[in-house]
Amino acid sequence: MKLLVRGGKVIDPANDFCQAADILIDSGKISAVGQNLKANGAEVIDAKNKLVLPGLIDMHVHLREPGLEAKETIASGTRAAARGGFTSVACMPNTNPVVDNQALVEFINSRAASDGVVNVFPIGAITKGSAGSELAEIGDMKSAGAVAISDDGRPVMNAQVMRLAMEYAKMFNLPVISHCEDIDLAANGVMHEGYFSTVFGLKGISRLAEEVMVARDIMLAELTGTKVHIAHISTAGSVELVRMAKKKGLNVTAEATPHHFTLTAEAVGGYDTGTKVNPPLRGADDIRAVKEGLGDGTIDVIATDHAPHTVEEKDVEYNYAPFGIVGLETAVGLAFKELVNPGLLTVEELVRKMSVNPARILGLPKGHLGVGADADITIVDPGLREVVDVQRFASKGKNSPFGGWELKGLPTVVIVGGRVVMQDRELV
Amino acid sequence: MGLSRKDLLGIQELSVEEIQLILDTAEPMRDIIRRQIKKVPTLRGKALINLFYEPSTRTRTSFELAGKYMSADTINISTSTSSAVKGETLKDTAKTLEVMGADIVIIRHGAAGAPHILSKHLSASVINAGDGFHEHPTQALLDMYTIRERKGQISGLKVAIVGDILHSRVARSNIWGLTKMGAEVCVIGPSTLLPPGIAELGVTPFTSLEEGLPGADVIIVLRVQLERQQKGLFPTIREYARLFGVTAERVGMAKPDVLIMHPGPMNRGVEIAPEVADSVHSVINEQVTNGVAVRMALLYLLAGGGGPHEAIG
Repeated sequence: MKLLVRGGKVIDPANDFCQAADILIDSGKISAVGQNLKANGAEVIDAKNKLVLPGLIDMHVHLREPGLEAKETIASGTRAAARGGFTSVACMPNTNPVVDNQALVEFINSRAASDGVVNVFPIGAITKGSAGSELAEIGDMKSAGAVAISDDGRPVMNAQVMRLAMEYAKMFNLPVISHCEDIDLAANGVMHEGYFSTVFGLKGISRLAEEVMVARDIMLAELTGTKVHIAHISTAGSVELVRMAKKKGLNVTAEATPHHFTLTAEAVGGYDTGTKVNPPLRGADDIRAVKEGLGDGTIDVIATDHAPHTVEEKDVEYNYAPFGIVGLETAVGLAFKELVNPGLLTVEELVRKMSVNPARILGLPKGHLGVGADADITIVDPGLREVVDVQRFASKGKNSPFGGWELKGLPTVVIVGGRVVMQDRELV
Repeated sequence: MGLSRKDLLGIQELSVEEIQLILDTAEPMRDIIRRQIKKVPTLRGKALINLFYEPSTRTRTSFELAGKYMSADTINISTSTSSAVKGETLKDTAKTLEVMGADIVIIRHGAAGAPHILSKHLSASVINAGDGFHEHPTQALLDMYTIRERKGQISGLKVAIVGDILHSRVARSNIWGLTKMGAEVCVIGPSTLLPPGIAELGVTPFTSLEEGLPGADVIIVLRVQLERQQKGLFPTIREYARLFGVTAERVGMAKPDVLIMHPGPMNRGVEIAPEVADSVHSVINEQVTNGVAVRMALLYLLAGGGGPHEAIG
């Protein structure tokens, strides 16, 4: 099976190659990159006026399987990924049961092989049941294919447990992804603490709830030398802490989500539970700092924290709704809207944050378009406009605050391992 | 002219003219309450539902009487558990009330924004009778009515709100209303019970009564809840009373004709000294009477009634 992606602008920063070129794909690998390649019977994909990118990688999604299939499955979640322009996702272990052993990592791999339309890389739990007390079988999970460990959604409050986890994970060269939240400081808050929480009468979550844990985990990263990745960074203070850590040369990376660089706490007005997310939507200063951090390289990765929930779970009082926003199908459009179109990031820089860097952090042989690489390709039409319609999401989750927004710059074709899984915005 | 809105969810969204209209319309309503036969046919054939997810005696009774004095059919639904705990969503409850033909639904709920959910799913009018820490608009309206009646006007007055501002929907509604009407408002309480960003609402925060009370025309004392102490927000009820209890001596720092108000129920000897609650300054009982009149006015206006001159049946 051969494919020829013809006439697009290839953006391959890992190989320092950004120019108009054709890409020939054979047997799931890239076999040639160059000008005027001959089709020789290959199926031709016209990429004229489009950007041809190494397949995008979302290193922070919740696929909800096993156990929470009403919210999402590996089948529906990977379709949402494909529709959003992603060829790979790394899925968080806070399923039911929690992915804290080899058998569950293997289950995800086998379910991804049978049901998935994009590559799925499991992330294992740090502690058994993500309860925060005893280390999970991290070595076993690594053998089964886990690419990182994280107790996302249930932060490891005990600093000694986190220290041991980092020391232990280092043996396997596994990154530790930290959901930074001090549960006591968060104090059952439901939105960002400040003027708007006071006006809306909702319990606030202070910036400090995140920042003290970012500071702690950076100090632990310094002590242990382990690769530490700070998930969904949301405050100006956290950005500054990561910047300082990098200046010191520590092995610390960070990600930001599209919702955190797009919306402020003001969006909670009207009590739309589609805006309820953890960490919460912050202030205008925080957005500015997150964008600055993306611009100067402090923040390495854009990840969605795709967190689907059922309509029934979300369509309740703000206090009772679960935290989470679905992000896979709006990420590229929001990144163009907020970062590329206003000139904060070039397309090359965006590709680093959505493909090159996540591949590097997770140790995946992906994120570039060199000859011999896996044929994971995302084609983006930078001029394409579309109004977000949550009912058209491939995800089971419709919990997005971006319904009705017009976005410009959207993925049109997604190729995974040489197979076209999305074409003209429709799943194949 | 009547009110051109379906619901009353908060004072924040009301204009000065709308507040004035409600207060003006409450005047003739209070005359009705003083009559021998307290019944006018204004809301005959209208179904009014009190949907209370939190315990309440005075607000629920006040709304019920307001409806009955105006000949509405009033029903009370009280549940100590939230809709989420009970298993039925608020949205489904709203739809049920809708198909039963409710005309006005009055809701009290522990979660901020619950009235907004009802409003979205009901074509009937929704009145917020208190939602979480968000708003309690009819309390602020009756407080403003009481102040205006006693002082002639609200504009230019200095109003001190004392106590647990952080968890108080009464404080928020009063801050919106009183500042809109031209009063100068300060809030006084322990720093752990002052919400972040409160000054941005146009009020001055103080952490001592000695700083905040001098020159006050009105003192609104808020109820302090024991559970706040259990959550560590202040050390003991005893220390709270010593630092923030409104005593006769402290009332002496305010203007000589200061009004003392409290939304009830009071913890005598904690946030308010008994002699202050029963003093000549206290208008706490008037607040309750005026509450019925203000709620009658609101029901009348939301049911499509015109201004104060048309209000007496």
